[in-house]
Amino acid sequence: MVTNLATAAPALVSPGLDLELSFTQALQGLGLSPQVAHLIWLPLPMALVLVAAIVGVLVTVWLERKISAAAQQRIGPEYAGPLGVLQPMADGLKLLVKEDVIPARADGLLFTLGPVLVLVPVILSWLIVPFGQNLLISNVGVGIFLWISLSSIQPIGLLMSGYASNNKYSLLGGLRAAAQSISYEIPLALSVLAVVMMSNSLSTVDIVDQQNGAGVLSWNVWRQPVGFLIFWICALAECERLPFDLPEAEEELVAGYQTEYAGMKFALFYLGSYINLVLSALLVSVLYLGGWGFPIPVEWLAGWLGQSVDAPVVQVITASVGIVMTVLKAYLLVFLAILLRWTTPRVRIDQLLDLGWKFLLPLSLANLLITAALKLVFPSAFGG
Amino acid sequence: MFVLPGYDAFLGFLLIATAVPVLALVTNKLVAPRSRAGERQLTYESGMEPMGGAWIQFNIRYYMFALVFVIFDVETVFLYPWAVAFHRLGLLAFIEALIFIAILVVALAYAWRKGALEWS
Repeated sequence: MVTNLATAAPALVSPGLDLELSFTQALQGLGLSPQVAHLIWLPLPMALVLVAAIVGVLVTVWLERKISAAAQQRIGPEYAGPLGVLQPMADGLKLLVKEDVIPARADGLLFTLGPVLVLVPVILSWLIVPFGQNLLISNVGVGIFLWISLSSIQPIGLLMSGYASNNKYSLLGGLRAAAQSISYEIPLALSVLAVVMMSNSLSTVDIVDQQNGAGVLSWNVWRQPVGFLIFWICALAECERLPFDLPEAEEELVAGYQTEYAGMKFALFYLGSYINLVLSALLVSVLYLGGWGFPIPVEWLAGWLGQSVDAPVVQVITASVGIVMTVLKAYLLVFLAILLRWTTPRVRIDQLLDLGWKFLLPLSLANLLITAALKLVFPSAFGG
Repeated sequence: MFVLPGYDAFLGFLLIATAVPVLALVTNKLVAPRSRAGERQLTYESGMEPMGGAWIQFNIRYYMFALVFVIFDVETVFLYPWAVAFHRLGLLAFIEALIFIAILVVALAYAWRKGALEWS
């Protein structure tokens, strides 16, 4: 009987900067009760993450416009700010003051609720994105599972807006969006499952910790190459990016479920899809590319320089490097997604469904079982 | 107040995340010009007068996929606790999961054979 009863190895990484602890302790020093200090602390990381998400979207939209321009030998936005960096903000402002048109034959309530239901779960998923050991809003135990369950709310919003528009293109687009989303959700969840099995935890912080024992060599992408590819393909399909942007295929369906939308409601869809893209890229970096980990473990570097990892200066540097690394990895993937969008043709709906059900689903099941088998044979290499 | 740690942040962030679209829509309502009635309220149909509505009886080809999806989604949810506790369960759990997945692969093969995974 090959029962592996080895207890979890002691954490290799230092606890790192804990801003919450310092902040609440400082407030308690002023004579506040721990509960009140906690309540004052709570909104701060949320506001910060929300601003980060929106800035991330602005940067991504600008990148998309510049890279698409480069791919087509144009210049792209250049007047709004240096190199056109303020263009996305100008777009957003324009959409904010645009007239809101609800078609006379549409269902007004569902028409409004649709984009809201698309956006809210996507923003909410940022709850579990870690930028450092303690640099996330809340390290809930179910972590990555929470993201998977939240991402299945989105198709309801898409279906709702497609149906409520009372437009044939919208209806077809909404149905396609829902079908695509459910087809790729299972391979996505199964490839996440293989990672979860290696880190013995659903928490995103534990998943990153497990990968950072030996820097770049211990990243999950080496032990889960198939899972990484499955996850990336499914993430693109869930974000409705080319080559999987069938729900809004311009040539066939005008704009799919967005056809009747204008002004702010259209902007909500737009914002939702870009926040989702950045979120997916961040999660790929968390699940497969070592999250906030530097290619060489910071503990080793500190050791070579003769510094203790617990020294305050080192902790601040470690945390900053962690944030930069997370964002850098995510933006490399965003760049890849944008390049893919402007260089690949769209697949047909039957090809899309075949790829999801007849290829990715059996492959992800096999990947999961192989991971489990390897974990039984080489427990130490696959997370103990 | 909260049985599980960390979920007070979830509730708070849910409120903040809901406030974003609500605030955006309310601001839009306040600053945007009023809609004039008339042709702009017609649904778009490639520039023609719309022929009837979209709320009709209509063959949704994706419902078979939705049915298969439910099966596999439930399967995935069942596999999550198995994966998290796998390091403590060992070989027996692996064989059990193998049987479980094999049954579902048979179901997938059946659906495939019956043409449930064909689009046309």
